[in-house]
Amino acid sequence: MANPFTVRPGERPGPMKAAVSYLIVVALIIGFFWVSLLQVGVALDFSFVAQYRVRILDGLLLTLEIALGSLVMSLAIGLPVAVGQGSRILPVRYLCDVYVKLMRGTPLLAQIYLFFYIVGTAWGVENRLAAGIIILSIFSGAYIAEIVRGSLNSLDAGQLEAARAVGFTRRQTLRYVVAPQLVSRTLPALTGQLASMVKDSSLLSVIAVIELTQTMQEISSATFNLFGTYLFLAGAYLVLTLPIMFVSRYFERRLDYAHAN
Amino acid sequence: MRMQIEGLWQSFGNRQVLCGIDFEDDVTTLAIIGPSGGGKSTFLRILGGLLAPSAGRVVLDGEVVPTDEAALARYRASLGFVFQDGGLFHHLSARENIALPLRAVHGMDEARAAARADELLDRFGLAGEGGKRPAQLSGGQRQRVAIARAVAPRPKMLLLDEPTSALDPEYTTEVLDLLADLKREGTRFITVTHEMGFARHACDKVAFLCQGTLMEYGPAAELFAAPKTPELGRFLGKLLEWSV
Repeated sequence: MANPFTVRPGERPGPMKAAVSYLIVVALIIGFFWVSLLQVGVALDFSFVAQYRVRILDGLLLTLEIALGSLVMSLAIGLPVAVGQGSRILPVRYLCDVYVKLMRGTPLLAQIYLFFYIVGTAWGVENRLAAGIIILSIFSGAYIAEIVRGSLNSLDAGQLEAARAVGFTRRQTLRYVVAPQLVSRTLPALTGQLASMVKDSSLLSVIAVIELTQTMQEISSATFNLFGTYLFLAGAYLVLTLPIMFVSRYFERRLDYAHAN
Repeated sequence: MRMQIEGLWQSFGNRQVLCGIDFEDDVTTLAIIGPSGGGKSTFLRILGGLLAPSAGRVVLDGEVVPTDEAALARYRASLGFVFQDGGLFHHLSARENIALPLRAVHGMDEARAAARADELLDRFGLAGEGGKRPAQLSGGQRQRVAIARAVAPRPKMLLLDEPTSALDPEYTTEVLDLLADLKREGTRFITVTHEMGFARHACDKVAFLCQGTLMEYGPAAELFAAPKTPELGRFLGKLLEWSV
């Protein structure tokens, strides 16, 4: 009889086996929080959900809107920056490099305040939602640039030489060899980045964008139900991010052509 | 095919790799042999239009190997190149590796390209493997797919850069048998190789490239039977040291 809790290296567990172990993990986590709550002596109350369901749904939708909008815009920033980091024109290369370092090296919270109150005010970006999406895109664009640059660097020189050898032009090499290999290498990480953006958008609450976190903060201060609202908030983010992470893993397995499967 | 080479030099930085190679002869099957670092692969890459020489020129059948990118792409398309590790596109199936260049470079329609790919896979003992990606094939199978891709557009010449060096012995035989078959059917090729038995028995001519110069050239049988230079004598002697 095989051990129901172990797998051999490289083996994928069957659905039953996986379900049992998952159940144990979930029970452990919930149990831990349950005991913690009992010790603090807090009774959870989720009655606010029904009362505020319209506002909660609006906040959830806005969070999704921000994340998706920022994903599109940060791709538009990240792709040229990734290419620019390898540019032969030094000011371009250094600009891209400094941008990435500044964005990755400073907290998003500081960026939000600085952009919104200084840059935004100076250049007349007054719509908070638009400002929020722009800020998040600029922040996330740096991470996307790094993801894409990593994939570009990992392109095998032998593949490019083979492309030349079969007679592909530069354009054909880009289309038939570079682009497909790049997509399969970046897609899992890009999907993961989307999950991060869903979470990171919560910080836009500080400039009063009424997304999910800001909504829950407002509900929390109206109902004095701190634990209930934040626990619900965490759960709501998980509902958004878990499926995205699942898709990311799927891409990773699906596009892993370097290994036999 | 008439191959003329005039004053071919190649240096990388201040390292001289090819030091003035001159050559003129009809080439059907040619093996390029010589010690590692002697410039064999560099020479083959220049012939294939993958590397521009520092000086000198190559003329194939009266056509000078071009230097501008568009003409180079056409020139490369007229040859078939096989790399040491095959150089198959990782993300494409074996069939697609063969069919895609036929469509994109040689203007074949989808059905004809697929039929040509399947015909070659079949002939090279790869029927049923067409849907697999390179990582799912054995080394010998990968190299046979690479050769299939190279011969698919009926190139005027095959160039092979140590096609068996990365293979286990049993796969080496598999690939060399295939090349010998192609030769019998009239395919012309130039191969850089360390397989002396193959160079001697399956290639008409042999060129010995050593220290960036073409030290010896001639019919395979003569070259192996009676090396004229001490370098070739030593080179062959070393290879025979551990032979059975």
